[in-house]
Amino acid sequence: MIPISWYLLLSAALFCLGVVGFLIKRNLITVFMSIELMLNGVNLSFVAFAHEWHLVKGQIFVFFVMVVAAAEAAVGLAIIIAVFRARSTLAVDRIDLMKL
Amino acid sequence: MHLILFIVFAGLCLAGAINLLLQTHPINSALSLVVVMTSLAVLYLLLGAEFLAIAQIIVYAGAIMVLFTFVVMLLNAGREERTLGSRAGKMIGFPAVVVFLGVIATVILKAQNLGSVALSDPITSTEDLSRVLFHELLLPFEVTSVLILIAILGAVALARAGSGERRVSK
Repeated sequence: MIPISWYLLLSAALFCLGVVGFLIKRNLITVFMSIELMLNGVNLSFVAFAHEWHLVKGQIFVFFVMVVAAAEAAVGLAIIIAVFRARSTLAVDRIDLMKL
Repeated sequence: MHLILFIVFAGLCLAGAINLLLQTHPINSALSLVVVMTSLAVLYLLLGAEFLAIAQIIVYAGAIMVLFTFVVMLLNAGREERTLGSRAGKMIGFPAVVVFLGVIATVILKAQNLGSVALSDPITSTEDLSRVLFHELLLPFEVTSVLILIAILGAVALARAGSGERRVSK
């Protein structure tokens, strides 16, 4: 028997680690991985609340998030490949064409 | 038993996430993300979501991470260089993260009516899940298939040879 709040705290911690990774990582692929980490953190809280209120729809929401994450990964990695072709670098500091 | 499983896999999860941030080579980050996702699948199983646990392993740890490692291999991504990053990210980003985590933690810890999880709780079977998915939520399910199709077409169009160079030559 463990309280559901532990799962929620773990999910909050995973989300915040994802945000920190998004801020400190300097490689385009690892920045993208941090976004996946954030999605996973949110998914865990969905599953925890679905268990708490005995609702199946919470789990189905996670299923949809997984589908959208798969689509996002496919398109995002294709964009990364296109960016690498155009600028031959993956460092986010050098991809600054639209920076003020 | 539940407590031991939770502590082991939550610890693995957090360790993998922190390792993702500390590693400088993208392939090491990708492998630690696989650890995070696989241990999350075990946590889903502890919460009684059997379908999602398997889907997590197949879709996330299988398909998405293979895509990531494939791109790392394809682009020959090397060690990342440590730079200072943007000042706005440091000045606003990190305090915002700390405040966000603090707010969420206090809200969760102050909530009184949250229940608890035990291994003897009934699990949501795949049958229950698919009954809801294919009766009430059939239209959203079909819409996601269109989304996946568009994503595949977009990925092929973006990654096609020549789509990057053309933009540079302008």
